[in-house]
Amino acid sequence: MSKRNNQTPTEGPVSAAVIASPAEEGAAALKAKRNYAVPWMLGLTALLAIMFTLPFILRPYHVDLAILFLINLILVVSYRLITTTGDWSLAHVVLMGAGAYATALMAKLLGWPFWATVPLAAVAAGAVGFAFVYPLLRTKGFGFFIATFAIGEFLRLVWIKFHNPFGGPRGMINIPSASLGPLDISDYIPYYFFILAVAAISLWVMYRLDSSRTGKVMKAIYADDELSECVGINVARHRALAFVIGSFFAGLAGALLAHHLQAIDPKNFDINTMVYLIIWVVVGGTATFWGPIAGLLVMTVAFEASRPLLEWRPVLFGVILIFFLIFMPGGLESLFPKVSLLVRKLAGRQRSGMDSSK
Amino acid sequence: MRMSLLEVTGLCKYFGGLAAINNLDLTIEEGEIHGVIGPNGAGKTTFFNVVSGIYRPNAGQILFEGTRISGLKPSKIAEMGVVRTFQREAFFPKFTVIENVSVGRHLHAKEGIFDVLFASRRANGKGDHRKAWEIVELLGLADAGDDLAANLPHGHQRALGVAIALAAEPKLLMLDEPVSGMNPIETQHMMGLIRKIRDDWGITILLVEHDMRTVMGLCEKITVLDFGQKLAEGSPGEIQGNKLVIEAYLGAEDIVAQG
Repeated sequence: MSKRNNQTPTEGPVSAAVIASPAEEGAAALKAKRNYAVPWMLGLTALLAIMFTLPFILRPYHVDLAILFLINLILVVSYRLITTTGDWSLAHVVLMGAGAYATALMAKLLGWPFWATVPLAAVAAGAVGFAFVYPLLRTKGFGFFIATFAIGEFLRLVWIKFHNPFGGPRGMINIPSASLGPLDISDYIPYYFFILAVAAISLWVMYRLDSSRTGKVMKAIYADDELSECVGINVARHRALAFVIGSFFAGLAGALLAHHLQAIDPKNFDINTMVYLIIWVVVGGTATFWGPIAGLLVMTVAFEASRPLLEWRPVLFGVILIFFLIFMPGGLESLFPKVSLLVRKLAGRQRSGMDSSK
Repeated sequence: MRMSLLEVTGLCKYFGGLAAINNLDLTIEEGEIHGVIGPNGAGKTTFFNVVSGIYRPNAGQILFEGTRISGLKPSKIAEMGVVRTFQREAFFPKFTVIENVSVGRHLHAKEGIFDVLFASRRANGKGDHRKAWEIVELLGLADAGDDLAANLPHGHQRALGVAIALAAEPKLLMLDEPVSGMNPIETQHMMGLIRKIRDDWGITILLVEHDMRTVMGLCEKITVLDFGQKLAEGSPGEIQGNKLVIEAYLGAEDIVAQG
């Protein structure tokens, strides 16, 4: 296991261990490994075990929910990737739609198989992201935020306006269900496992990128773009890279959604959906890789739990959003260090308790 | 004859009707410590911003090692070997000291897609590592290497700004008021460092500074700017005796007294 896998949500001290002095490196790494490796392996095994047994215990409705959760997981993590450079986009859900429309068009008009249209749709969304980002790079901060809304709405209006081939306001129906060659995987349980695998690979790639040198440079741009540019970092290229990779994974999520729902329309990808995405990252926080995942998990549960108060849900979510913005601007992830400290303290107490009992 | 490292000819930069830099010619020789001084609003910082590519000049050209750099992006200019520091506190507060320096090493640590996916050691490789620590040690930050930059004392933060620029391995290092806000002891220390960077690493230094004592004690050649134009140029001794310079400065007596 590489050293980086031991990274805890508290970024500072551990990433310091990654770039420790040559002399201290060995000892510090060994110590860190001993401290974190066992709980990490246990946690990962437990998570995998839960993920694998879940679809067999749950009712189809809840498996469906788990599928949507995994699709949203790819979406929210790819959104967080773009925010690491300091760019807050309102076009992300539209780029997800670009992937959904792309796979639907390829499957329906060209008759291409599922295994080809889904990756190609992700590439198409990445290409749309590339086309979008070129004018967007001229803006930053709030200007970027508003410009992404405008450019996203432009694409969405194209879908609404053109009945051929996008189906206009009613969108596209009869999108072929998922199959790998002769194998039909469109049923809940097989599709769940397929998406679980795709989500795991996507998250792994984005996690690697986040903890790589390039990921660090993206965070440096967020902190100080002028200084970054002056030490030779091509700020525009790194912002574009984050946006295009983020668009690629958003498109992938959209393509998986299209084949699951088998029908899409422009409303699936409007600003309302975007607001939910923003709530997830605000609730979770974006400073660490795990923040948005925590936000999505908590808000998905909250969404389901609030089903009885249907018409009150927007109010409830608005209150939650405002609560987090005011009282916990760092999001749930700002609790991670406190929790891990508490756990370590409790573990320490237990150990010292055992020692004294001897 | 030594080759000129940086050649500025006919440089102009206007803000609306105001000429911040007006037809400026300036030459920097390889290996020298060159100071640019002038009263407030003389155009010193604008000059820095134009050379480093943050502003585009309205007219004139800047040649670095014989290649035109005026109009290029700052990252491109840095890649060619001209790196600057900032008057403000410029560092990455949420990174540790060594992480700050390693971001500065961007130009010398290329990372491919396989390095990203498989966390290869090439990008964070041993050679790069050693260089980063060398720079941190040179600037006296080694003990604070793993501390968050935000938690450093002021003097160390200024030194960190220089360390980040130095990490890019420039041929010409441009320092924007490197001792501003420092106490006399820190100032002495920083002056020693700047000399050391030139002597040991062979890096040419261009600095803008308010503190006369520093400029006179450190620079071999001084250019005086006033209203965006060159008022005088020469060795510290020549500048101290120059009547025009004394007139341009309100605190003219100070120069004489301190010299």
